[in-house]
Order: sequence, then structure tokens, then C-alpha cells
Amino acid sequence: MAAIPEDVSSEEQLKFTLNGREIEALSHETILQAAQRVGIEIPYLCYQEGYRPDGNCRACMVEIKGERILAPACVRKATKGMEVNSDNERALHSQRMVLELLLSDMPDQGISPYTPNSELDHWIKQLGVGRPRFPQREQPHDDLSNPGIAVNLDACIQCTRCVRACREEQVNDVIGYAFRGPHSKIVFDLDDPMGKSTCVTCGECVQACPTGALMPANEVGLVEPDTKIESVCPYCGVGCLLTFNVKNNHILYIDGRDGPSNQSRLCVKGRYGFDYVHHPDRLTKPLVRRDGIPKTPALIDPRDIDKYFREVSWDEALDFAAAGLRRIKDEKGPQALAGFGSAKGSNEEAYLFQKLVRAGFGTNNVDHCTRLCHASSVAAMLETIGSGAVSNQVADVAAAEVIVVIGARPTVNHPVAATFIKNAAQAGKTLIVIDPYRYELARHADYYLQMRPDTDVALLNAMMHTIIYEGLQNDAYIAKYTEGYEDLKRCVEAYTAEKVAPLSGIPAETIKEVARRYAKSKGSMIFWGMGISQHIHGTDNARCLISLALMTGQIGRPGTGLHPLRGQNNVQGASDVGLIPMFYPDYQAVDDPAIQGKFEKFWDTQLDPDVGLTVVEIIDAIHAGELHGMYIMGENPAMSDPNLTHAREAAAKLQHLVVQDIFFTETCSFADVILPASAFPEKTGTITNTDRRVQLGRKVLDPPGDARQDLWIIQEIATRIGLDWHYSGPSEVFDEMRAATPSIGGITWERLEQEDSVTYPCEKEGDPGDPILFDDGFPTPSGKGRFVPAELSSADELPDDDYPFIFTTGRQLEHWHTGTMTRHAAVLDAIEPEPVFNIHPDDLKAIDAHPGDRIVLESRRGHIEARARVDTAMQRGSVFMAFHFWEAAANLLTNPALDPVAKIPEFKFCAVRMTPADSNTKVPQGAKQQIA
Amino acid sequence: MAKKRRNKQRGQSRGRAVDPRALAEVCALLADAPRRRELLIEFLHLIQDHYHHITAAHLVALADELKLSTTEVYEVATFYHHFDVIKEGEPVPPMLTVRVCNSITCEMFGANTLIRDLNELFGKHVRVQPVPCVGRCHGGPVAVIGKNPIEQATLKTVKSAVDANNTEPIPPPYINYDQYRNEGGYKTLAACINGERDVDQVITAMEDANLRGLGGAGFAAGQKWRILRDQPKPRLMAVNIDEGEPGTFKDRFYLERDPHRFLEGMLISGWATECQEIYIYLRDEYAGCQVTLSQELAALRRDPPCSIPPIHLRRGAGAYICGEESAMIESIEGKRGMPRLRPPYVAQVGLFGRPTLEHNMETQYWVRDILEKGPKWFTAQGRNGRKGLRSFSVSGRIQKPGVHLAPAGITMRELIDEYCDGMLPDHEFYGYFPGGAAGGILPASLGDVPLDFDTLAPYGAFIGSAAIIVLSNHDSAREMALNAMRFFEDESCGQCTPCRVGTAKAVKLMENDDWDTSLLEELAVAMEDASICGLGQAAPNPLRCAIKYFPEEFRSHGGNS
Repeated sequence: MAAIPEDVSSEEQLKFTLNGREIEALSHETILQAAQRVGIEIPYLCYQEGYRPDGNCRACMVEIKGERILAPACVRKATKGMEVNSDNERALHSQRMVLELLLSDMPDQGISPYTPNSELDHWIKQLGVGRPRFPQREQPHDDLSNPGIAVNLDACIQCTRCVRACREEQVNDVIGYAFRGPHSKIVFDLDDPMGKSTCVTCGECVQACPTGALMPANEVGLVEPDTKIESVCPYCGVGCLLTFNVKNNHILYIDGRDGPSNQSRLCVKGRYGFDYVHHPDRLTKPLVRRDGIPKTPALIDPRDIDKYFREVSWDEALDFAAAGLRRIKDEKGPQALAGFGSAKGSNEEAYLFQKLVRAGFGTNNVDHCTRLCHASSVAAMLETIGSGAVSNQVADVAAAEVIVVIGARPTVNHPVAATFIKNAAQAGKTLIVIDPYRYELARHADYYLQMRPDTDVALLNAMMHTIIYEGLQNDAYIAKYTEGYEDLKRCVEAYTAEKVAPLSGIPAETIKEVARRYAKSKGSMIFWGMGISQHIHGTDNARCLISLALMTGQIGRPGTGLHPLRGQNNVQGASDVGLIPMFYPDYQAVDDPAIQGKFEKFWDTQLDPDVGLTVVEIIDAIHAGELHGMYIMGENPAMSDPNLTHAREAAAKLQHLVVQDIFFTETCSFADVILPASAFPEKTGTITNTDRRVQLGRKVLDPPGDARQDLWIIQEIATRIGLDWHYSGPSEVFDEMRAATPSIGGITWERLEQEDSVTYPCEKEGDPGDPILFDDGFPTPSGKGRFVPAELSSADELPDDDYPFIFTTGRQLEHWHTGTMTRHAAVLDAIEPEPVFNIHPDDLKAIDAHPGDRIVLESRRGHIEARARVDTAMQRGSVFMAFHFWEAAANLLTNPALDPVAKIPEFKFCAVRMTPADSNTKVPQGAKQQIA
Repeated sequence: MAKKRRNKQRGQSRGRAVDPRALAEVCALLADAPRRRELLIEFLHLIQDHYHHITAAHLVALADELKLSTTEVYEVATFYHHFDVIKEGEPVPPMLTVRVCNSITCEMFGANTLIRDLNELFGKHVRVQPVPCVGRCHGGPVAVIGKNPIEQATLKTVKSAVDANNTEPIPPPYINYDQYRNEGGYKTLAACINGERDVDQVITAMEDANLRGLGGAGFAAGQKWRILRDQPKPRLMAVNIDEGEPGTFKDRFYLERDPHRFLEGMLISGWATECQEIYIYLRDEYAGCQVTLSQELAALRRDPPCSIPPIHLRRGAGAYICGEESAMIESIEGKRGMPRLRPPYVAQVGLFGRPTLEHNMETQYWVRDILEKGPKWFTAQGRNGRKGLRSFSVSGRIQKPGVHLAPAGITMRELIDEYCDGMLPDHEFYGYFPGGAAGGILPASLGDVPLDFDTLAPYGAFIGSAAIIVLSNHDSAREMALNAMRFFEDESCGQCTPCRVGTAKAVKLMENDDWDTSLLEELAVAMEDASICGLGQAAPNPLRCAIKYFPEEFRSHGGNS
């Protein structure tokens, strides 16, 4: 498996002869690798560095003394004393003949019309192969059914790099090599058009294809970029490194780069979701609400912007924005203000934004969407093990024996992380998937537990019960590194697997078997996502997972630990640098007077001694008439908050709302001033991924029109509310930030520029960075991990006769959060252009509706209409919907009930009813025209 | 946005959903069989046998049941010619298929005319398929009605079998388990297992007999056993009865008559190499042997003469390449039969990644006789300086085709005269394939060369599985070479360039009136040097022999007939 490095511990140096020259090789090296190292060229096509060599194209044939036939240099390992010839007449004859045979089946028997970088063309030229002397095969038709990828198999040489890309790297298993002999061909699923197949358009195959048979759609690959800029993906927390290929301030296409978290892999969003930056709907001028236009809870159609807003100069906009905020502060006090930053911005932006709110507004009312995703995970982790960060990095699955994925759909939400989990499963590691939704990863799992929604605590307690009952707990670890075990033991005593089985829907024996596998393995890793966290018992759910790890000592070693998969590209970093109401940078409590004093000194200002309000609390405070002004940078609460009607009413009630964004988001409908900001590729900054890697994003483009970089905007506002800031750019902010954040204190800007990615904790300059945490205790006051037992509790709103279905929200592979970016990305929007409800076919049948019909879903808080998508992966009695679509905003239905500890709303569970849409029914809410 | 009432495309997830009905049907066929990937081909057989084709819905359901992706199932199903994969909207093939062999000998005896006539006769009601060698070359042309083979097939005999719906094979009489034991069978095996024979002595006896692999590669059996014994356990055994080389039918001949002699040899070799489990891979064309072997294995398991390891009988699915040892292993694992690159060798990393003893069935057939009669009995035979016995599958223009057990080293002329009752009337000995399609074509002028391993190498030919096809003055070597190349093109697994593209290009060049012999020779060199397995490496042999030994056919464009 490509992802699992070969064991090179028994590495030996050896010498062999290549073309009469003695060269050195390591015992695991192939002849080709050794040759490349010393600069001897051997042609190859089916070989790709990092992939399993397959040796099928036979372009790299070499003569080995004493062997009857030639050998493929890409597969054959060099051995001591071997005498190899790659350039004698015999070897060259086969190499040339293979190239000639392949060339004879190319379009017009000539150079690839699909890419200027065809590897076949390169070697044809290098070896001087002339016009092929063989007749051409019958050529297949093109397949342009996928909006992102053009398939031209008339340039296919059947090297199967794409098959390995799809099957062994990304493990999406869509591409196959079907039929036989001269009829052999690359197929998608059952030889279906790519766009109709299960292809997830990750583009790994495009990146792998040597001849252009698979290329980005619309022939962009034929354009030579004038610059290639190395950066990071702006989407999820995996933090894939990538290269932007740019020409004339325009991104052409993207290549995966060999980053530590992605090994050159990308997903559909990262690879094809970049053109939002060039969308004509980008905000390019500052806007101020026209006088006398009242705010209502209704959304504004972006085509009507002119009716509501007027274009102004930056000076006017900034003056207006700052004056409004100042006025409220002066009249109603600092607590009447709040700021929402964004996990999509850089660390420097997040740091500066929270500093602005704290030092400028004078309040701790600053939060961001972490509140909506992993707040409960972080709360539980801080409470029990003293740190909210992951203990082990995703790639560490290679060292694990057992991998548990619970309440997460990484194949959709962390696609590249999922590839490493699938690689590990392929390599024979035990994969346990626990989720009410039987998604793609279940197929790769040794155990798939389709638990009933809302029963996590019971299931996990039953696993712990089994472990204790069978004596599988790690007593030595418990004694040395934990406290509170007796409380836990008492709590889980009642949770026998037999009792929990009917509740969770998982057979008792399966619960026990999974518990045993987890406890007994040499290394078990747990990954979790929002299926754990977005409940009113989200903190309890996470506590159980932590207890499981603590009681078995499954933490603190390679391949052993806890990993809450971070959602946004910089949700880890934004939280780390203090974009949350209870902590300054590095989780230093705002209500600790000593720490407050430290920061007052550091920032040379007075600070609010009290914990600030969280996202949902801020909405409630507006309704309560306590909060009147907000500065929102890159967040879209009018789409992302639960119970949107309530949230939008609050936004409309604000006296003064400053919104800084790249598009006219739903939240802009309620703004007094809108500041056109920069998209990710338009600025330089650091972001921190789910693996605790601080990575450098580099500026690729200039912002369009009058749009400005966010750091500049924040600073301009700050200046206007009386802060004397003079940051010259991100590196200067970074330097101050690392001084305030000890865990990244040792990372320098220069090092990031050189290495692109540095893992923290990295407290002193030169530290390598620690990929594995908690190898000897925990950063708690006692140094021990604490068991916090949890009893089973139910969701806030259970299904009943009126609202009999469970409604769960989440994301789709192609779209991102409130759709601001992805619904302006042509390929992504083409693949998933409209909202759908995922429904079990029997449930759909029960309401007498058909796949693709329009359905109305209604909760106590609102109703929406969308098409029904049948999905046998769903459990009966539940409906799933992604929250990306303004036309049918899922959050109109969701329940704002909060987890008492972390204040995270219960996005994963509320009660709805479902009816086929009457043809007379109007689209009920948010009747805004489609943007694109 | 267009607001259609219903949008079917949006109403589904991407790709095909599992159809609950198809899933139920597949589950019913699979019954309680373990849902293991290695059984994929067996499961595809269950569907094909039951429905006479495999729909996309069944493929998708099977994939779901086995936790495979749909493409993994599709690429396997489409690799093997005995599976008819039908996608949505494609016509379903007729319930009955008549397969007519048109490989070398059958073509010689009019297979192509028969195919044309049968197509005219049956129209759309019965599918008539030209197929590669079905292992009955002595009775060419051969038509297989369903699973029922008819030798010397004519329009009339095929029609009457079709009309009578005679689609099942009728195995010839054979020595069954009881008879075999009554005649002293399995005593040698029992002696081995019970410690009365010593492993080292047994292996030494095999070495002394110099029994060589009779599948064609000729690797010394005793030596192979020793190599296996040096490999880590657990070890496995894979028995190759995928006899598909055109002209070869000896394995079927022995299997149909005396299956337990083979099984005893197999179990002895398994004992000597301490193999934990045994997999027998039988080509699907041998449906009669499938019946016989299943019955006899059942009888053996019911009342074993001593403790025996688990024996799995696996069915091929119409792919010559699976006779290649590593391709066969891939197929047993439920995959496309694509040969593996070596090293590592099968003996080191074989079936399921374990060290594997792989043998041709006939090799094991002789083990009992060698041990009971002694290696000298075996080495005492032979002629022209060669030792041992060979089972020659002889077909073509001779009076008495069939399996002839003759001394190794016998010449072609001796074989024709002494064993085959001479040439057919009005036929003059013109040339011969000494080792099936792959072994090359030799002219009559080389009819006095001893036939054995190694002896033909100087002439650019080899004996392989000793499948001899005799050509006469009515035949054309270049036509036969083209037939052979078309066969290799069809049977190439498609993995490596020299073979996949090389065979296809060679066929095109060889279809021309004028062969570009220098380009063909250039191509042949690369195919031999650079192909992954023996198929591609040997595929140019007939064409090179035709050019080298039958130059007159190229001067006059038409062969000698």
C-alpha cells in the first residue's frame, strides 16, 4: 500500500553495475530508483513515485546478466553485484518498441492533443522513436459527462496509474480495468459515463494520468501557467498542501502537493472548487445600507443589492462601520457589542480579530463557528485531559491496530483523511465504524455498527462495561495516569451490553466484540466528528470516548489516541489563538485574573474579566435587547445557526451590523455596512489543520476590484475605534501571536516559509514539533487524566406523533457549510446543484412519494421544500439534509437547544414531519433567486 | 431553476443503488456460502448458471453482499468469457449457447464453415459462439451444446442435440473411488501419512525419476518440493487443470478415466511439502470432469483412507491465461486472471500470499506409479537418449488422433508411424506444432528431432505440454500461425503492452497479403523479451517459425494447398 511506508529498518547498502558503472543502492530500492538517483535515464510510464509499481507498460525494460528475458526496472530491486544494462541494443529495442506500440494507438498516432506534458511524448522524443509503423486501434469515444474531468481514452495507454490512484491511493474504487486483451479498458463502475458513476471527482486519476487521457475539463490543462504557487487548501481541516497554477491573475487548475497530511492527494473541493474567487458576484465595492430602508428578517435577493445598498468609498465605509460600533459602546457599554470571526480565515486574522473585540470593543463576546462544531469535544477534552487538540495525527493510522470512526463521515467531510483510514483498512488494520448512517466507509469496515441516533452514551458505556467486566482495562495506566476511575466504574455498571443492545440497535455480542478489539489491541485510535459533538449531550458523548481511551491506556503512543476531526480549515487555529469567548490565545482562561493581567500588560489595555457570550447566546442576547452591534468577519449566522428564523430576526434587530465577506451572504441581508474582503488565495497567512500542523497559505491573486485583504480591514476598523495598530503584514502579526501562544511559540515565519508545515507543540525555536501528545500524563493541574462519567440522556426534541421523523443535518462532499464558496464554484455546483433530503426508500414509499419528488419537511420552527433522494444507507424514520442550500435552509428546522457545558446546539437531532409537496405549495422561506 | 415535479437523477445517489429484489435473488443463490472475495468467480457462476447471464443489478447486489465496489466485480466478470454481463437496456442472450471451437485443429477440420452454417440455422434462438480450444482436438470440429461436447460435430449432430435439449455432459466410464481403492489405490498415500514412508526418500525418488512439470514449463517436481519445504508455513497447494493450450487434452483424458490416481499423487505431494490446504483449478470447459471430480472428492472426503487436508475445487470461467501459474492463483483468489510479475516466485509468495506448491495435474498423476514402481521404471523408458514417458496429445492430419503415451525423445515421424497409424489418406506430412499454439511450427524436414524438453530450443520451438498438431500438404503454416496469433490476441490478459498491443498489431500485419517480416521480427523480439508472462513471450513462435521454415508460402501468397 502506498500509504504505508515499507519497512526500511533492515536497510542495507549494496553495489551493482548499471551500464558498466558501479552504483550504490539501498536494498529496498528498485533499479529505476537507483538509476534516477545517479541521473541515468530509463523511460517509464506506468510507474509513479509513491504508487505501488505495477510493471505493466514495459517501457523500462533492462537487461540483467544471466536472465533469459528483460526485467522491468521499476519493479525489480537492485541486488548486490547485479549487472544491469538499460542502454544496450537489446534493452533499447524493447523500450523503443513499447513506446512505438503505444504511440501507434494515440490520436493521429502523434503527440497527445490533451496535454503539453504527456510523459509518452517525452520519452518518444528522448528515445527518438519515429512515426509508428503499426496500424491504429479502433478508438473509443470521449466522455465529458463529469463537469470536472474530461475522459479521452483514445489517449489511454492502459498503464493503470488511474486504477491505482482510485483504488490504492484514494480508495474510492470507482475506476476498474475491465474486459480482456485488446478489449481491455479503463472503466468507471460498470463501464458507465464517469459523470454518472460513483466517481467523487477527487482528480487523483487526473493527476496520475501520464498522457492526458484524464484531464481537467474544458481543456484548461492545455494552457501553460505563468506561475505556480505553493499553498494550502482553503476547505476542511485536513489541510492538504497544493499548488495553484495561475496565468494572468487567474487560477487555471490545482495540483496536489506532497504535504504531510495529504501526500499529494486532494478531494473534489480542493481540486475543482477554486473558481469561486473569480465569480462575477464577488463583492468588489464597500456598501452602505441606503437611508430609510428598514431591516426585516427576510433575505435580500443579491440581484437587488442596489435597492438596499449603495456603493461607497473605503473611507466612508470604514468610518461608518467604526462609528456605529463606537456609538453603541459609548451609549450601551462594551457588552452590547460582539464579534464573530471565522474559522476560514488565517490565524493572524483570527488573532487580530479577537484582539480587536477584546481590546477595542472591551468585551469577550467573540466567537466563531467552532461553537457549532466541536465545542463539546473541546470542552470535554479540556476538562478531562487538559488539551483540546488531537493526540495523534491522521497519518498515524498506519501505526494503529484498531481504528474507530464514530459519528463522523470523513469520506464526505474529510475526504483525504478518509483515504488514509481506508489505506489502513486495506493494509489489514481493524476498522470499526459506528454511525447511524451506513456511509461509504462502512464497506471497508470489519465492524460496522449502525446504531440508533442519540444512543452514543449508552453504547460507549456498554463498551466500557464490557471492558471492566472482562477485566480488559489497563490497571497500571489507570493507576499512574488517571483519576476518578471508581466514579466511572460505578456509572457504567448498569450499562450491560444486553441492556443496551435493544436501545442502540447493536447486538450485545457485537458491542462486546468491538470493546474487546479496542481494548486489547496494541494501538487503538478513535476519530470522531459532529455526530458526537452536535448534541445537547455532545460533551457527554466526548467524555465517554475519552474515558474509553483512558481506561484502556489507548493514548499517548504511536497509532493510539484521540482525534476529533476538525471541520474548517482553520478551526483548530482560530480556537488556538483565542477566537472564543472563554479563552485568550492558547486556552488561557479569560476569567483567571492572573492571566487577564498578563494579557492586559501584553496588549497594553484594560480587559473584560468575564467570560463572553457564545454564538447562540449572542443571538439570544440580541433578542433580549442586550446586544446591539456586531462585527461579523466571514461568518454566516443567517445560514449556519440553528433555528434560522430566530437567528435572522435577531440579525434584523441589530442596531449596527458590519459584515466583512467575499460574497453577498445571507447575513449581508441584515448588514448596515458590507466590507468586500479577500478570498483565501488572495492573501498570505497561516492556518492550523486537524493534525496540529501550522501551515502557510500564500497569496496567489490580487483581490478583485476594490476588495481588500482582511488583515488590512481589521486594522482599519481598529484604528478607527481608537487602537493604535501598525502591523505591516501577516508575519508581524504572527510574531506577536506566537509570543501570546506558547504552544506555537517556537515556530518562526521563516521556518514556515521554508517548510510550509510545522507541527505543534513547538514551544522553542528549533523544536521539531510533537506529533504525539500525552505520552507521559496530561497538561492538567494534577498531571492526570480525569474520568468524567456520563449517564444516558435524550435529545431535546424527540419524535412524536405530530413530528415522527428524526432530522439530522450535515454536509455533502461537494459543498461547504453555507455554500458561500462552493455554490459559486462551477464544478461543485454542477455536481450538486440543488438541495435534497436523503430518505430511506421505504419511508418515501410510506408517504406515497417517489425518488426525485419534491417533499416538504416541517419542524416546530419552520418548513422547507426540496427533492427526495432515496438512500438505503439511511435508517428508517430519519431524514438527512445538508445545510448548504439557501433555497431550503436546513437550519430553518433545527433546534437551538444547547449542550449545557459547551453551548453547542443540537444540529444532529430534531423532530420533523414529512409530506409530499403540493403542487400549489410555494417555496416557503428565503425566496431568493438562485445566485449563479 | 427548472422545477420539474420529479427529477429522477437527483432522486438517487450517484451510481447504481442496490436493487432489493436483485439482492434477494443473489442471496438466495449464495445461500449460506461465506461472503468471501475469493469466491467471487464461484458466485458469478451461480448467477450465470441460473439466469444464463448476469445483469447489472445482480452485479451490484453481489458487490454489496461481498463488500466490494461494483467495478471490482465488473472487471472480474468481464474478464472471463463464460460470464455474459448484461447492462440495462442490452439484449439478453438466448438461453442456449453453442460454442464451436475454431482453434488450430478444429479450424483445420472445418470449424469456421460449421459456425457459419449453425448461425444460419439457428438465427437468434441459439447463440453460436466461436471459442478457443475446448480440449477435444482429436475429435475436431467440436461443438459444445450448453455444457455437452459433441466431437466431429456436424450441422446435423448439433441440431439434434439442440432439439433434444441435450445440454449436460455425459462423463465417460471411469475408475471410481471404491474401484480405485479395491485395486490398491491410496495405499501409498496412507503409507506416507502413517509414517511408513519417509519424506526425504519420497522426494529423492521423485528426483531420481526426474519427473518434470508436465504443464509445459518442465520444472523438476522433486526439486520444487524441496524448495517448498524451505518456505515458511502455512503453505498451500494449487493444482492446475486449466488445460487450454490449443491441441492439448491429456489432462482431461486422465481425469476422465482415473481421477483418483491424480488425487493420490496430489495428496502425496501435499504431504511431502506439508501444504495446509489444496486448491484445484479446473477449466470451465471441462464440465464433465467437474461432475466427476466433485463426486469423487465427495467420496474421498466421506471415507478418507487417512487424514487428508481440505481440498477446494474451483472452476475457471473461460480464460486460457489462467493456465499460467500466477494468473491461476489470481483467479483462485477471485480476481482477473492477470499473471504476476516475478520475483517473488509462486513457491515463495503464491496463493493468498503464502508459499504455494503449484503443479500441473498430470505431473501428480504419475507420482503414485513412480513411488510404487520405482524411479527406474520411469527413467528406463525413453528413446533417442531421452528418459521417461510423455503423454502426447496428437491431433491433425493423422489416422489415429488422441493421447498417446510414448517414450520421451520419440521423433515426430516415429510418433506418426508407430502411434498414430500414419497420415490421413491423401495427406503428406508437411509440418507440426510440437507444443500447442505457443510451441512454434516445425517443418517436416525437422521430423526426426527427438521430442522432449529442451531438445527443440535450438529450432525456436518447444514441446510444452506435448500437444502435437500435425499439418499436411493441405495446410498452410502462415494460416496456422495467424490462427495462433488471433488466439493469443483474444487470450492475452491485456496487462502488458508487448502482449496486449503486440498480439493485436501482429494479427493486423499478418492479415496483410504481404507480411512485413522485418517489422514482425522486430515486434517478436520485443514481445519475447519484454512480455510479463509466457503467453506474450511465446506468442511470436508460430509466426517466426512460419517465416523461417516455410518461406515458400510467402513467395506465392497462398501456402501450399
